[in-house]
Amino acid sequence: MNVFKTVLFVWMTAVIVLALGLPMVAQPSTWYQFPIIPALEEKARIMFFHVPMAWLSVVAFVSSMVYGIKYLRKKNLDDDVRSASAAGLGFLFCFLATATGAIWAKFSWGTYWNWDPRQTSIFVLLLIYGAYFALRSAIEVEEKRASLAAVYSIIAAVTMPFFMFIMPRILSSLHPEPILNTEGKVHMNTTMLIVFLSSLAGFTGLYFWMWRLQVRIQTSHLNRIN
Amino acid sequence: MNTHLRISATNLKKVFNRRTIFRNISFSVRFGEVLLVTGKNGSGKSTLVKIISDVLSPSEGEIEFSGSDNVKTIARANLIGLVSPYLQMYDEFSAEENLQYALSIRGRTPDISHIHELLGKVFLFHRKSDPVRTYSSGMKQRMKYAFALAHNPPVLLLDEPTSNLDTDGIAMVKQIMEEQTQIGILIVATNDLSDVDRFNAQVDLNAQT
Amino acid sequence: MRKPEAAWQQWLRSSISIFRKDWHSELRTRYAISALVMFVVTTISIMVFALGSESAPVDVLSGMLWVVIFFAAMSGLSRTFVAEEERGTAMTLQLLTSPSAIYFGKLFFNLVLMIGVNTFTVLLYAIFLNGFIVKTSSIFIITIALGSIGLAASSTIIAAIIAKANTKGTLYPVLSFPILLPLLLTCINATRLATEGAFLNEATGEFQFLVSYIVVVVTASSVLFEYIWKD
Repeated sequence: MNVFKTVLFVWMTAVIVLALGLPMVAQPSTWYQFPIIPALEEKARIMFFHVPMAWLSVVAFVSSMVYGIKYLRKKNLDDDVRSASAAGLGFLFCFLATATGAIWAKFSWGTYWNWDPRQTSIFVLLLIYGAYFALRSAIEVEEKRASLAAVYSIIAAVTMPFFMFIMPRILSSLHPEPILNTEGKVHMNTTMLIVFLSSLAGFTGLYFWMWRLQVRIQTSHLNRIN
Repeated sequence: MNTHLRISATNLKKVFNRRTIFRNISFSVRFGEVLLVTGKNGSGKSTLVKIISDVLSPSEGEIEFSGSDNVKTIARANLIGLVSPYLQMYDEFSAEENLQYALSIRGRTPDISHIHELLGKVFLFHRKSDPVRTYSSGMKQRMKYAFALAHNPPVLLLDEPTSNLDTDGIAMVKQIMEEQTQIGILIVATNDLSDVDRFNAQVDLNAQT
Repeated sequence: MRKPEAAWQQWLRSSISIFRKDWHSELRTRYAISALVMFVVTTISIMVFALGSESAPVDVLSGMLWVVIFFAAMSGLSRTFVAEEERGTAMTLQLLTSPSAIYFGKLFFNLVLMIGVNTFTVLLYAIFLNGFIVKTSSIFIITIALGSIGLAASSTIIAAIIAKANTKGTLYPVLSFPILLPLLLTCINATRLATEGAFLNEATGEFQFLVSYIVVVVTASSVLFEYIWKD
């Protein structure tokens, strides 16, 4: 685990230095230059942090639900600890993604918040996380809390696709195209793509490490009570 | 009548909030027999009763109802009649309405003369049209017996059978217990040994740590 | 000897009996109905007073209609499960029949309640808010019907969850809102189409969306209800 921690530390440091430090030019000529993405310019750098955070808030949501389903099948409270820990981290990353997105919006669109479909979607995800924790804190018996929280996250997960589907019909978006857009176009050169993917991998590793830590803390806490 | 009926439990364990209520509970009881469950307050008597009636699931171990072929296909709810302090009737309905709804929710057609006969048996016939909320606690307890017996269950589970009852009521309970051993299995959870005249098997929840 | 009934016939009778029992109980106590009716009446009067002699744009009014309907649902639809938990009759019910029969009985009860309340809300709306003019009534009626079913479907499963929790009242809208948001947005959109005088076929997309939402929520709920219901 210590090796993993060291590698993760070095990796993330490198990602942060490269993402913030490499110059951005109109026509990249050497390997260490990023191309300028039209309309984003220097502000594009936030993508190295904002996108992984948004990605993790969805990953955490799905893994929380998967452990919830596992709990319902096996009734092992450790699965509930895993599920709740994932949700806690998901809430954190969801909040960070919302905040970085709002800061970026202030500089690009002139306002922190304008109910863009993506802002609305992440807001709803925040609400779901909030509701999930409100529910957990309102139930005392652990077994009951575990199964109700699992059921709620499944119900929320099955209605989420409807939301994704309805949003574009109602609101039009100014958000830059998602990285995996429908036309398969990537506005990045190889260097930029490598830094971006390394950041994605680094953040995922960070999430995994934090999640393991959280599960261990919660488990030992519960064992001490008894 | 199913004279091969048998309930067997193996290694039941129940955990609440990571606290073990009981473990390693096993018993077996057959047609015509009486099972007695004893234990101090908080030892898990009611929890065990709930597990037998399938209201709670055990954390480990299992309970099996066996007998003729169809026993396993019948829902546990239809094999069991339960009387217990935490069982509540619908307050706003009369005794008669409670029993009618209980039978029809079980998916049966309520037979009014059968219901009246039951209410006569528990001495509530004269109050059959009053809402249950106007009943005294002893009357409510007798009402629960009518509720438990309405579908002629082969297994009768009594948790603290005589609570709130006067001497007439206790005589009624003794009568019902005696009849039950003729038609099926009786399980009694109590600390008052005078509640039961005889028993064939005992689960003592104090015995385990 | 009568012929033994098939399992599904017993299930159906059981479910219908739960609906009848709840309805009978509701007529006797009138907890949910009075809460719902009073909520709708007070909210619409506040709207009328707040608007005064001004008339609000029809878009705003069609949005507000669904705000009223959402909060009305939140004030009354949890009753059917909360009453069972508060009076301690949840276990009685559990001893009588299967979780799925209970779920569908309660769903049907909430559905009837929701359709009644929504009809009442629309009537009050038509009488007191003159700016609200529906040009395509077919779209409007289908939207109200599908919206009521969808609202009842989501509210029923969330009601079952919150009935087991401590802070029932405040938790209900908090848990329901994210689940109901796609439904509400679609209903608002379809209502707007109805006020703009769109043709029926222009709203097909909305209707398909609402129907699939209902199918998904009811299917998921009927599978998951057992885990909520059994301790």
